[in-house]
Amino acid sequence: MKKLLILGAGTAGTMMLNKLSSVLDKNEWQITIVDQHETHYYQPGFLFIPFGIYKRKDVIKPKRDFFPSEANVIVSEIEKIEPKENRVILKDSKVLSYDILIIATGAQIKPEETEGLKGELWHKNVFDFYTIEGACALSNFFKHWEGGKLVLNITEMPIKCPVAPLEFVFLADSYFTERGIRDKVEIHFVTPLPGAFTKPRASAILGDFLDKKNIKLTTDFSIARVDNEQKKIISWDEREVDFDVLVSIPTNMGDELIARSGMGDELNFVPTDKQTLRSSEYENIFVIGDATNLPSSKAGSVAHFQADILFENILSVIEGSEPHAKFDGHANCFIESGFGKGILIDFNYDTEPLPGKFPLPGVGPFSLLEETKMNHYGKVMFRWMYWNFLLKGTELPIESQMSMAGKRM
Amino acid sequence: MAVKEYAGKMVELDADGNLAKQTDWNEDVAKALAVEEGIPELNDRRWLVINYMRKEFEAKGDAPSIRKLTKESGVDTKELYTLFPGGPAKKAARIAGLPKPKGCI
Ligand SMILES: Cc1cc2nc3c(=O)[nH]c(=O)nc-3n(C[C@H](O)[C@H](O)[C@H](O)COP(=O)(O)OP(=O)(O)OC[C@H]3O[C@@H](n4cnc5c(N)ncnc54)[C@H](O)[C@@H]3O)c2cc1C
Repeated sequence: MKKLLILGAGTAGTMMLNKLSSVLDKNEWQITIVDQHETHYYQPGFLFIPFGIYKRKDVIKPKRDFFPSEANVIVSEIEKIEPKENRVILKDSKVLSYDILIIATGAQIKPEETEGLKGELWHKNVFDFYTIEGACALSNFFKHWEGGKLVLNITEMPIKCPVAPLEFVFLADSYFTERGIRDKVEIHFVTPLPGAFTKPRASAILGDFLDKKNIKLTTDFSIARVDNEQKKIISWDEREVDFDVLVSIPTNMGDELIARSGMGDELNFVPTDKQTLRSSEYENIFVIGDATNLPSSKAGSVAHFQADILFENILSVIEGSEPHAKFDGHANCFIESGFGKGILIDFNYDTEPLPGKFPLPGVGPFSLLEETKMNHYGKVMFRWMYWNFLLKGTELPIESQMSMAGKRM
Repeated sequence: MAVKEYAGKMVELDADGNLAKQTDWNEDVAKALAVEEGIPELNDRRWLVINYMRKEFEAKGDAPSIRKLTKESGVDTKELYTLFPGGPAKKAARIAGLPKPKGCI
């Protein structure tokens, strides 16, 4: 009996489990998945919690609801991978051996990486919304807040869902307007990037949205520390920004397990072939989702496109041939822009987000880089698709390779 | 493709304004690029960073991020920002004759 082991049952690991379970011969392959938690968090939903749009119960479901009935599931923290021995050690010292390993352990925030960020104001006036705890604490804070300086700061790239910080300030604009105190809230977007977003054309267009919504933009700001006493953030080149409430996107890193295994880069991301998704170092190890060091966006939609590619490549390797399917870096992100509207971007490694239309059989077209109600429904629909189709590995009517159809150069 | 003169030498630049061909690089070109970046003089500490970046690029095919620089070059983040005001990874890569680091997308 051969063994295929999946580490992490988040978005990517769960998809791979479902896809592979339905085709691999059960007399030949035993598939096992390991995760430390029993609860699946719909992370894209964390964005909406601070504004009271979603509650905790809207973003959690038991992981077991998404596993095939025959799946071999282990709930445990993973201590270490020993890639040369083809085995994995769990917290309780239990040893799992494998023929093929899929690493899908994601990325997490590490506020400890920035001086003073996890200081005395943490979850009092300084928040994150990348964890359920942070998002809920911020929701409670906003309920009673009367206004002041709201600063959103990205510490460093890369981060999961690079559009989430923009969505946050757009939604804040909408939320405080609806509460009738927008004139008392100064919203300030402070980023280490040279513009509002990572890619030039989208950056310019999204920058205009910030302007229109009266959101102040400070660029090229690399945070060095948080001064908890004077409530300000200070950059390495000694620029200062005052805040009454700071919403931080702390450094995102791969799990410590990757460092313990000696398999990561300086951010604990695993060096991965950007096309085949095979580990750069080990032939029988594959990496998917946020855990990779790929220059694609760290997003659930991206993990979904990667899953199609990885599925094909695992089957090739099992049949004894080389992986031939190639991931093109495709990302497709709905950007919630407030007041019931949204913006859509679609891009890959080589093509930056462009304006135009995005055709989707049966539902679309959606408008690219434009604010529409339809795009907002796309975002709302994403949660439903995520729970009902995406995690279960069902085919969706959207191609894993990016298409130029509808895009304007 | 843009062509520009640095230290008496005509060199090709890529879309980001970095050297298109690494073979065009030499220490005098580096000094001229530095002046353009607002750095009048390349002292020992700056050379340490530039040489580290060139070595890393040769080994890995990508210029290192600031995080990697501080971890491995022996120059901490604070000093890096003093040596290359505004954007250490981007500026040092350009002076080192390398393409803009992929990390700074
Ligand atoms: C606020 C926010 C908004 C977002 N919005 C969007 C969006 O609108 N659209 C979109 O497409 N994406 C969005 N994302 C990103 C998306 O959620 C992630 O990219 C996606 O979940 C990545 O999947 P993954 O499987 O790689 O990692 P995860 O889903 O994070 O799964 C990793 C799993 O590994 C487990 N694990 C890790 N280490 C260990 C260990 N040592 N032992 C045992 N188990 C371990 C974890 O418990 C976890 O279950 C958002 C993310 C955030 C935080």
